[in-house]
Amino acid sequence: MIGPNGAGKTTLFNLIAGVFATDAGTITFADERIDRASPEHICQLGVARTFQIVRPFPELTVIENAAIGGMLRAPDMDEAYARAGEILRRLDLWDKRARKAHELTLPDRKRLEVARALATRPNLLLLDEVMAGLRPTETDRILEILRTLNREEHITIVMIEHVMRAVMALATRVHVLHHGATIAEGTPAEVTRDPRVIESYLGAEDFA
Amino acid sequence: MIAGVFAGVSTRARILVAALAVVLLAAPLVLDRYLLSVLILVCLAAYTGQAWNVLLGFAGLLSLGHALYLGLGAYISAALYVHYGIGPWLSVFPAIAACILVATLLGWLAFRFRIEGVYFALLTIAFAEVARVGFDHIAFTGGAGGFFLPVRSEDQGQWWNLRGGPTFFYYLALLLAGNALLLCALLRRSRIGHRWLAVREDPEAARALGIDVNRARMSALLLSAAMTGIAGVFQAFYANNLFPSQIFDISRSIDIILAPIIGGVGTLFGPILGAFVLAPLGEVLISATGAVGLNAPGTKALFFGLFLMAIIAGVPSGLWPRLAGVLRLRSAPDDHALSHRRDEALPRSCRGGRCFAERRSWFDLRGDRSKRRR
Repeated sequence: MIGPNGAGKTTLFNLIAGVFATDAGTITFADERIDRASPEHICQLGVARTFQIVRPFPELTVIENAAIGGMLRAPDMDEAYARAGEILRRLDLWDKRARKAHELTLPDRKRLEVARALATRPNLLLLDEVMAGLRPTETDRILEILRTLNREEHITIVMIEHVMRAVMALATRVHVLHHGATIAEGTPAEVTRDPRVIESYLGAEDFA
Repeated sequence: MIAGVFAGVSTRARILVAALAVVLLAAPLVLDRYLLSVLILVCLAAYTGQAWNVLLGFAGLLSLGHALYLGLGAYISAALYVHYGIGPWLSVFPAIAACILVATLLGWLAFRFRIEGVYFALLTIAFAEVARVGFDHIAFTGGAGGFFLPVRSEDQGQWWNLRGGPTFFYYLALLLAGNALLLCALLRRSRIGHRWLAVREDPEAARALGIDVNRARMSALLLSAAMTGIAGVFQAFYANNLFPSQIFDISRSIDIILAPIIGGVGTLFGPILGAFVLAPLGEVLISATGAVGLNAPGTKALFFGLFLMAIIAGVPSGLWPRLAGVLRLRSAPDDHALSHRRDEALPRSCRGGRCFAERRSWFDLRGDRSKRRR
């Protein structure tokens, strides 16, 4: 999902995740209507999300944060912590597991939020601008992790992203939102050539 | 299960806990009646503080009306004893049931209508005040004139009716406080404990992880109310007299919350340390002010208020995290899969006072904390 500020990208996430109720229309996930469901129910169905402004549990340790996500599908807490450990290793946060979340740097907090969401074993992962504010090397690392998750664990990823490099590298389909409506969709290459997209969002830069 | 509580706790911490337990168990052998009565107050304050801490420290809900459950437990068990001869070991169950019922109503109102933060605290005060005024007019329990339990001489102690001397009440209070600590330590590691912490930290993020926020809050409220109700039963049979203007009073609610605040909200040993500091301090204040002829009403409250201000200004996260740091009650990090089984009561990050500057205050009462954080 790309689009200018105020296009409604995060609103769309909030609708899917059950934070907002729909005025009209339906949202279906895995053959179930979820537009009237609570956020916790939607999460239980297999939709996990991150927040645009990161919000890990600040006074809890990194591993506790991840284990709270892991609890959802774990029969007991040992299992939840095992899942948390596995995810933290994957996201290079294992060495910081005993730190409190509020002590982490922004990139680490972003990674922790992805970790916490992944610990719920989702089928669909909604990522709200996880690359924003990261250095290129950090972006590359997250891209690599996301690609692996998508391929190996078959997790569908929907991401809102302004970092076009990430969009071009990762996305198979791109939707461009503007004023709450899709103005273009297709492969990254198609979308970046679309004149309406260039006019409303990308500008004249060459992304292809 | 009990072993689980101590798994991963450092040897140093285990030794200290064991030493404390031995000292407390042996205390009646050396202490006189007066000092033992102070120690009973300590244990009771540690117990009620632990109960209240479940609500704010674990689930993030501030109650300023916990005297409600204390009073309910006390009045119900006392009434059943005086009027029907039902002993406290049995009447503790209806007392708990009544506390749960009232807490359910309070919780339903609060969570149904999204009453959060300071408004939740006000609601708890309102409930306690309604009980105070209500019990003033219930003739069955003596109304405003007070309700008195028949007193027996101590050598005719009946443990089954909670009739006995200070040693008996001391061990009972110690049992309550010890069990509350074990229960909270277990809960802190359990699934529900983790749900509470998530809800405390950020309700919206908790919801996005599949946690039913209202259910988590309700369970904390009910548990806290039930635990406090048990303290009420103890209180009734220990004091032998009950007055609505005392037991339901907001000052009683404040007494309950002072120990955990001073010791450290959200920690396991905070309420205990706070109780050990406060109850003796209160006694010293009473005798000191009496000695210099200053025993005007409210002197103790004034000094407690000043003390509380000093704590909040100087060590806002309480004395325990600081003391735990000084005693180095932390186990070394290990790569064990169950590394969470270290004692979370001892915040690892609180070294050199760093976390105190960064830590948000417990007394910031706007409903949703998360919206105004980094």
